Amino acid sequence: MERYEKAFLAACAAVLVIFLCALGYSSVAMNVHLPSFSGRIYCRAGQKLRKVLLKTPPFDHTGVREIAQGKYQAVVIAKTWAFTPNEIDLPVGAEVRFVATSVDVTHGFFIVGTRVNMMLIPGQISEFTYRFTKPGEYLLICHEYCGQLHHTMSGKVVVK
Amino acid sequence: MSTAVVSEPSGFVLPQGQLNVIKWNIYFGFAVLAVGVIMGLGQALSYARVNVVQYYPVVKSYYQALTIHGVFNALVLTTAFANGFIALTTARGLGRKLNNALLHAAFWTLFVGSLLAAYAMFADKASVLYTFYPPLEADWTFYLGLALVVVSTWITSAAQLVALRGWRKDHPGERVPLLAFMSIATYVMWDIASVGLAVEVVVFLLPWSLGLLPGVDPMLDRTLFWFTGHPIVYFWLLPVYVSWYGLIPKQAGGVLFSDTVTRVAFILFILLIPVGFHHQFMDPGVSQGLKFTVAAMTFAIFFPSLITAFSVMYALEIGGRRRGGNGLVGWFFRIPWSDPSVAAQVLAMIAFLLGGISGLMNGSYTMNMEIHNTAFISGHFHQTVGCAVALSYMGIAYWLIPYLERRELWSPRLALFQAFLYFFAVMIFSNGLEAGGMEGMPRRTDMVHATYGLAAWKIPGIMTAFGGTLMFVSAMLFFFILVMTIVAGKKTSQRDLPFTATVQAPPTIGWQPRLDRLSYWVLASVVLVIAVYGPFILQHFPPSLSTAGLLYP
Repeated sequence: MERYEKAFLAACAAVLVIFLCALGYSSVAMNVHLPSFSGRIYCRAGQKLRKVLLKTPPFDHTGVREIAQGKYQAVVIAKTWAFTPNEIDLPVGAEVRFVATSVDVTHGFFIVGTRVNMMLIPGQISEFTYRFTKPGEYLLICHEYCGQLHHTMSGKVVVK
Repeated sequence: MSTAVVSEPSGFVLPQGQLNVIKWNIYFGFAVLAVGVIMGLGQALSYARVNVVQYYPVVKSYYQALTIHGVFNALVLTTAFANGFIALTTARGLGRKLNNALLHAAFWTLFVGSLLAAYAMFADKASVLYTFYPPLEADWTFYLGLALVVVSTWITSAAQLVALRGWRKDHPGERVPLLAFMSIATYVMWDIASVGLAVEVVVFLLPWSLGLLPGVDPMLDRTLFWFTGHPIVYFWLLPVYVSWYGLIPKQAGGVLFSDTVTRVAFILFILLIPVGFHHQFMDPGVSQGLKFTVAAMTFAIFFPSLITAFSVMYALEIGGRRRGGNGLVGWFFRIPWSDPSVAAQVLAMIAFLLGGISGLMNGSYTMNMEIHNTAFISGHFHQTVGCAVALSYMGIAYWLIPYLERRELWSPRLALFQAFLYFFAVMIFSNGLEAGGMEGMPRRTDMVHATYGLAAWKIPGIMTAFGGTLMFVSAMLFFFILVMTIVAGKKTSQRDLPFTATVQAPPTIGWQPRLDRLSYWVLASVVLVIAVYGPFILQHFPPSLSTAGLLYP
């Protein structure tokens, strides 16, 4: 029996190592990047985060702009209980870098049906790059509880 | 095969006074669960856009109900059950009573803490959910109450360690009995794991809610929360493992094969504490390298559970074959399925298998991107804590309550039906949540009043509501059976715990006795915690506390 036990444990370890290799492969070879360090927004004592943010690029100009041929940047601010802007228009095939943060509590930024899935934390900048290949209207929702009207916090991404 | 070794065949029974404290813990835990389950029905039905929360007395919103559901079921019930049940298994394992004052202090601390948190939640001063991410702000009574709930576990741990020291003095050179080792290791793990939550609440949130600190550092605080927030699931699970390893084999007529492998499994849980960052895969402010490291450790933590799958299944197989089961799978049908305590816990094991698979998906961050913070996550943890753990609690209760009351279980047939109903209910419920989650259906969102929704969420939502309703019915049956056992169960004499023997006795020479030296494993665990969390904490030191809070409500 001890032999079976050892064989079983070795097989389990092997399976877990294979899973880990698959994860490593998908993140390196397939170039999947998670939201990561993208900078912080500092306020001094007594300063309001909202006011500081209005003077901090790129959050001084929210919305979509083209930064290179076919490449866009969408700057979004989340506030209880709305996204600014709440509609993002993009052409099909556009590669867009979302840059977002929150001015009050922790919010979520999730475009349903895509991998665009970030937490927006006050004082932290979240970034994620995604390419929309199919036209359509995508639902953008806050998927982190942020207060009494959390369920009304949504927007859309229109790709045409 | 060598002959079975029974560590403590005499059947030690705690003095009645200590049994009573254990009983209060268990009853308090289940009473709180009853409230939590009623709240849970509201959440399940909301996925089908049916609003029952509006008819609940006192409760004003979906989120208030959700906060009560999470705090009561995941924090208070689990702590109360562990404090009571593990105190019992420690004492039985060591064959000695526990410190009376500590045992009482733990219960009253838990009781007062829970009442404070309950006050804040029912008064609608703490609708911040059980993750209470600041700068959402709750009343100070909520934070103080939760801190006391944690302190009650430390007192229980102290009671265990005092008893262990006394036992070691009386038994020099002997191996710590397995049942006691598992029980104590569970709390030693939690002692380390709970530090994050304790620091978050006591150093930051409590002073902040009292106006003594100007603000909070949301990133640091959620990291401290998740430092505890993942290993807390081991704290829910390990008392159940104590039952699966230490009691179920006996109940099924089998024995446990390897003492050493069992101890190693528990030690791995002590070592692999710092994996909480996998709840923060989609967070900014945490590097991808750290996220990959934590993903690797998350996979590693599956290893002790795979050990468990082998050891416990083999123990059941021994039982099944002794009862006349043959062939590759024939033994499985010969384990005592008519015993509701066994049936509930074997079904719980099956649920844990599914929970493990969905957990591996969450732990792989590439897949996590698709489902982070969707209903998929709720589906996952209702398979684990909501079924593997909760249904095991019910199964344990089916012998524990008769043991504590010296009465027979009232209607074992109804209890058996209840266990199967609960299992199938959770399967339907979690399948609905997971299917919806894969279509982007969010979690912890008031779907009745949501201003958006997709057609693809409709059928998963109905499944969720249907399964959740069956869970509610089954849970109510469980409480009914408990009450009937207490008031109408046939009186019996005092029995023993279903104490399992092991095939292989623990060796007293060689390297294995070092497994019992918990201080080694604690030290190794702390080193690993510092390696993973140290750089992050340094970056956030001193914490920037200028972010203005949002007062709630």
